[in-house]
Amino acid sequence: MKFGIMVNEGPYTHQASDSAYHFAKAALAKGHEIFRVFFYHDGVQNGTDFTTPPQDDRNVVKRWSELAEAHGLDLVLCVAAAQRRGLVDEEEQKRHGKSGHNVAPGFRISGLGQLIEAGIQADRLVVFGD
Amino acid sequence: MSEAGATKKLLYVNRKAPYGTIYAWESLEVVLIGAAFEQDVSLLFMDDGVYQLVKGMDTKGIGMKNFSPTYSALGDYDVNKIYVDEDALAERGLALDDLQHLVWEDENEDWAEKDSIHLVGRDEIADLLEQQDVIFNF
Repeated sequence: MKFGIMVNEGPYTHQASDSAYHFAKAALAKGHEIFRVFFYHDGVQNGTDFTTPPQDDRNVVKRWSELAEAHGLDLVLCVAAAQRRGLVDEEEQKRHGKSGHNVAPGFRISGLGQLIEAGIQADRLVVFGD
Repeated sequence: MSEAGATKKLLYVNRKAPYGTIYAWESLEVVLIGAAFEQDVSLLFMDDGVYQLVKGMDTKGIGMKNFSPTYSALGDYDVNKIYVDEDALAERGLALDDLQHLVWEDENEDWAEKDSIHLVGRDEIADLLEQQDVIFNF
């Protein structure tokens, strides 16, 4: 089956991103396809490279990056949500004159159309939120 | 933009109050972008989400943008199936008259103006959910 995944909460405060990660990993292990993971609302915070959680805790952001690397996952941060919440890639850094960029490996910033497309193209869209 | 054919039935479920969290506003942003994909779109308002449609909103006191007027533009985006949980309204002391009068123009009937809002009971909500291909929950 082809899944689309939507993550609506940031890391650590909510378990939504953990659950989405475990779901994605399990689905891939069973041979399913993940069409795209779309991060919305505070979910875009899952894509910041600036997180440094304690070493005895899971690294939610890095885990997504590694899963993307291993399986060629398409991890998309909503641009409007990202701009509100300080998620900036190199291009956005230049455009808005920011002091740095913080989009973690494997993530990219794009528009809400990518979410709708995931809903249309996937057999199931699974939403993880509060 | 929907490659490979068939239109899907998309339902946006709105369950939270308009202010206090950003979910209502960012849901509306998805609906507006999604309208360009020409799918079969419905909106459902339940729980505190019914407050999103209450008329006469004034947000000056909280210093936030009042996005209420955006709902009245939905008809122009061909978003004209708006379902409201009538029990959720009643539980909050609200009635249909407390909501904005949202309308759309039916091009098949000489642009006759029609109501977009339909009050539904919980059995009907169950049916509505069952009929969908994609459900966005906010």
